[in-house]
Amino acid sequence: MDLMNNNLWRVKVGLAEMLKGGVIMDVTNAEQAKIAEEAGACSVMALERVPADIRKEGGVARMAAPRIIREIMEAVSIPVMAKVRIGHFAEAQVLEALEVDYIDESEVLTPADEEHHVWKHGFKVPFVCGARNLGEALRRIAEGAAMIRTKGEAGSGNIVEAVRHMRAIVGQIRRLTTLGEEELVHEAKELGAPFELVSWVARNGKLPVPNFSAGGIATPADAALVMQLGAEAVFVGSGIFKSADPAKRARAIVRATTHYKDAKIVLEASEELGEAMRGLDVRQIEEKDLLQTRGW
Amino acid sequence: MARIGIVAIQGDYQAHAKGLERLGLGCTFVRRPPDIDGTQGIILPGGESTTHLKIMKEEGLFDALKEFAGRGGALFGTCAGAILLARDVRGPRQESLGLLDISILRNGYGRQLASDVHTGPTKLRNEPLEMVFIRAPIIESIGEKVEVLAEDGGHPVLVRQANILASTFHPELTADPFVHQYFLNMLAQR
Repeated sequence: MDLMNNNLWRVKVGLAEMLKGGVIMDVTNAEQAKIAEEAGACSVMALERVPADIRKEGGVARMAAPRIIREIMEAVSIPVMAKVRIGHFAEAQVLEALEVDYIDESEVLTPADEEHHVWKHGFKVPFVCGARNLGEALRRIAEGAAMIRTKGEAGSGNIVEAVRHMRAIVGQIRRLTTLGEEELVHEAKELGAPFELVSWVARNGKLPVPNFSAGGIATPADAALVMQLGAEAVFVGSGIFKSADPAKRARAIVRATTHYKDAKIVLEASEELGEAMRGLDVRQIEEKDLLQTRGW
Repeated sequence: MARIGIVAIQGDYQAHAKGLERLGLGCTFVRRPPDIDGTQGIILPGGESTTHLKIMKEEGLFDALKEFAGRGGALFGTCAGAILLARDVRGPRQESLGLLDISILRNGYGRQLASDVHTGPTKLRNEPLEMVFIRAPIIESIGEKVEVLAEDGGHPVLVRQANILASTFHPELTADPFVHQYFLNMLAQR
């Protein structure tokens, strides 16, 4: 791909490389951002309400207020991300003007466009997007996403969807590597993804950008699980600030993410954490209330 | 052949592993003090220096790395790694290993929008080096014993002091193995 020789693309993916092996935490104010940084978060995600509250309170969920984002940027020295609604390129322009470090075009907010996502190559600031399978991941990369995260089911405190999506992406990548050249064109059609990207993945056995996990991580063992399934870093949303002891839980999830293959350390990290967020059975969530089906 | 460890708390440690692989070398990932045993050189990768610092202290790796350098072990830090090696860190102030006599400013160029790829000369060869800067720090001052191996925009970007090498850019994000090869040569000379 020509992209690999494009310097802007390289520094966009480069920052995602720097976040690997780390934990990116949802925060709604400067005080939470400081707790996250103190606990060892490699980045924070600024948003108006955590997904669990958006789910509970309803209403239109939008980009966070610039004042809050600016306060968070001033409070911490780690990279600050912020969310925009799917397809809302004007919110993205505002966040770029604010100089956030990464934009999450996120299904957690109420979509602004049900057909088109943001054309992310048109921005200097890098984007991360959610995906449930390889086709969706490659469509987002084609639009310019420099990082992919599984969607999971945000605000559920339930890891099952994040696992489903990570297994789908990793499994589909593995399958691509076994196909012959002549089979890839048909595969591109089936995946609904550009042939050039499908072919690249078949040759390299991985996505051309880092692949992180999100949507339902609530415990240190959840983090260790998705890392062992192939995630290169984790996003934790409601899981931290909806738990009994956010600072302690944040630190424990960071530790478990670093040492994800070392069960003794994950055990240590799992002890005496207080109560995790309550969580939801995804099967009890009505179809219309699912966040993961937003975007395509 | 030298055994190299790469601190694998968080960050682009896999990119460094790939860089060594290109030179025909394997590596050990270092997360806890016992992982250092048997290595002659250790790489501190890019990532978030605040995160690295916290986990290093938690696992006792912070003191273990100081001891390793004291025994004559060689260290190579890129970006966050250079921050951790520095004597003095600003923007904001934070603790560091203090093994390299430089003063360094975190996010010296600004936020992600200031990240960029430059090409600049180095004292080490005639061809220029490709330098990938990601939210990079700036080396503001250096001690007498520090040798500047490359500069960019009036700031030192690749420096060496005896067994310690540091760059504010990411040679591991380029296809050029030159800086990693230089680090291996440093090990061989000792």
